[in-house]
Amino acid sequence: MYSSEEYKEIEKKIFAGERLSREDGIKLFACKDIAWLGNMADYVRQQKCGDIVYYNVNCHVNLTNICTSKCKFCAFGRDKDDKGAYAMDVEDALALVRDASKDPNLAGLHVVSGLHSDWSFEDYLQRLQALHDEFPNLYLKGFTGVEITHFAKISGLSVEQVLRKLQQAGLQAIAGGGAEILSDRVRNELCPNKATAAQWLEVSRTAHKLGIKTNASMLYGHIETLEERVDHLLTLRDLQDETGGIQTFICFPFLPKHTELGKTVQQTSMWDDLRTIAISRLMLDNITNIKAYWVMLTVPVAQIALGFGANDIDGTIHKETILHDAGASSPTALSEDNIIKIIREAGRIPAACDCNFNILRTFAD
Amino acid sequence: MMRMNAKEAEQLLINGDPIQLGQLAGAEARKRFGDRITFIVDRNINYTNVCVNECRFCAFFRRKESKDAYLLTFDEILGKVREAVDAGATQVMIQGGLYPDLGLEYYEKMLRLIKENFKITIHSFTATEIQHFARQAGISILDCLKRLQAAGLDSLPGGGAEILVDEVRQRVSPKKIMTEDWLHVMECAHSIGMESTATMVIGLGETMAQRVEHMERIRQLQDKTGGFRAFITWSFQPGNTELGGEKTSGWDYMRNLAITRLYMDNVPHIQGSWVTQGERIGQLTPAFGADDLGSIMLEENVVKAAGTAYDMSIQKMVDMIQGAGWQAAQRDTEYNVIKTYGGKADVR
Repeated sequence: MYSSEEYKEIEKKIFAGERLSREDGIKLFACKDIAWLGNMADYVRQQKCGDIVYYNVNCHVNLTNICTSKCKFCAFGRDKDDKGAYAMDVEDALALVRDASKDPNLAGLHVVSGLHSDWSFEDYLQRLQALHDEFPNLYLKGFTGVEITHFAKISGLSVEQVLRKLQQAGLQAIAGGGAEILSDRVRNELCPNKATAAQWLEVSRTAHKLGIKTNASMLYGHIETLEERVDHLLTLRDLQDETGGIQTFICFPFLPKHTELGKTVQQTSMWDDLRTIAISRLMLDNITNIKAYWVMLTVPVAQIALGFGANDIDGTIHKETILHDAGASSPTALSEDNIIKIIREAGRIPAACDCNFNILRTFAD
Repeated sequence: MMRMNAKEAEQLLINGDPIQLGQLAGAEARKRFGDRITFIVDRNINYTNVCVNECRFCAFFRRKESKDAYLLTFDEILGKVREAVDAGATQVMIQGGLYPDLGLEYYEKMLRLIKENFKITIHSFTATEIQHFARQAGISILDCLKRLQAAGLDSLPGGGAEILVDEVRQRVSPKKIMTEDWLHVMECAHSIGMESTATMVIGLGETMAQRVEHMERIRQLQDKTGGFRAFITWSFQPGNTELGGEKTSGWDYMRNLAITRLYMDNVPHIQGSWVTQGERIGQLTPAFGADDLGSIMLEENVVKAAGTAYDMSIQKMVDMIQGAGWQAAQRDTEYNVIKTYGGKADVR
């Protein structure tokens, strides 16, 4: 089935279940036969995950958009005095979730926020605790490696102590954002005010040690080179070899609208998005789940991505804000019926799951 | 290669894997055309919105006595053609409603005036219009086409085919020409060397068997005449129509596209539709068997804004093609390449 002689060796390795090298990864990014890439990734997905596609009935809680980080790729963060800046108090956060929990199938929350200039770690913790107290049955996934690094810095606690406190307040899994590209060259250029690559990795490593699972991600399509994408994937693969604590990997294409970087960088093509998902599936041989995040990809592309190695389509979300500030053209929420339909149309089995991929309901015909 | 039969095609439309089909269809397209993906620069001119057909799904038509009914004068039409030529278009696509009483001479004069004044290909009038003109003139389809050809009509666009199964047509467009009529117009045109394209509209509530029947009818006629240059699949756009319903998914569209490349083995060109699918899916279509992305479609206002806006459109198309690693090329109506843009080394 291979596309050309040039890719015969890689194809052999894939069918034999052999690990791909850095050189293989770079070669895959040079491959022009996207359907071949898709077929290879789909073969691996089928071997590893079967036909189930995971989704969450969830609600995103972004406690504040006030953020000291000032990442050049972000359209969400604001200064305290900026127009549109907000910070939820406990009651605001509860009200949002009360509204979302009108859906009897709501299973959990995804809590990710800005690095507020005035909030202490206790301020974040208190909100998390309040959500957990009122909604003990909703799973709580949240806080990225960037936020947790920030909490350690402002509280004087160690990363491990911060994680233990979050765990005690009800946190069950760590969100995958903030990894961007795990290269200090890229981070110094785009986001020098937040966790370094080593710090981000350390949060994941520590969480895994405590038995907290994490997600991982890659923000691509900005100033990184294709080699840096491959190196990013290998860094995560190494960590996963060490700990086994990464549950799902998410590719985030950079959305340029309203961002500083958007003045010079164009949005990725669908072609780039699909090959990046496929190559992620092929390189990350030790991470079970690959997510097609429909908010960034748009719904039609996310559906097609299910044929390019993805087996996770994220969730209903209730109301997405971070990426819609950056001009995302997708809706801000999807109904569960809609998600089920998209998955079924692709010939796969929809399964609602919690933040640790425990299946809550499946919809085999 | 063994020809795909109707049963196989139906099965694949139901549960074929779009990515596997895409790889086969893409390989077939590359075998014929290499890495080259073409497009055309043309302009649509809708000379009238008056139409006796009054289709229920149409928001464009007006009755002749209606306040906002219009019929462009020859001067207006020539002005639009001039703008198109100035903007670099190689083709005009003139289409309109079925005006009650213009007479064939009117259309002959329109064609002659354009040809006398401009060097441009006239790829115009759907099968529905041709049949209407012939009836009005009381002559056969063949004679009607001969007169239009003599006046300057070069080729026929393939619109109006929808799904060539009368059961579907009765439901979605009962007053439009039926299957045999559409095929007859095309056969007559091909018989006098007037080539055409063919289209299919999916998402009209048709069954997969009906899609295959549509493809089969066109494949059979093509075996006989060889006059279809391209096959184009559009998806029905349900917004603001009486028919309504849901838009067909990307999954369905891509699978269908790949199957058309494999099934329509005697039609050289398969067009990917960025217009009905959006640019992001459009960009992916060459990997699923398309070798052409159709027209950059000079819009009225774009044409009027002259040079700059127009260059942007071409640039956008070229970027879309090159962005996926293909060689972009502008073509004429007959699919001859008239300008190549090459590819980009870094497909980031």
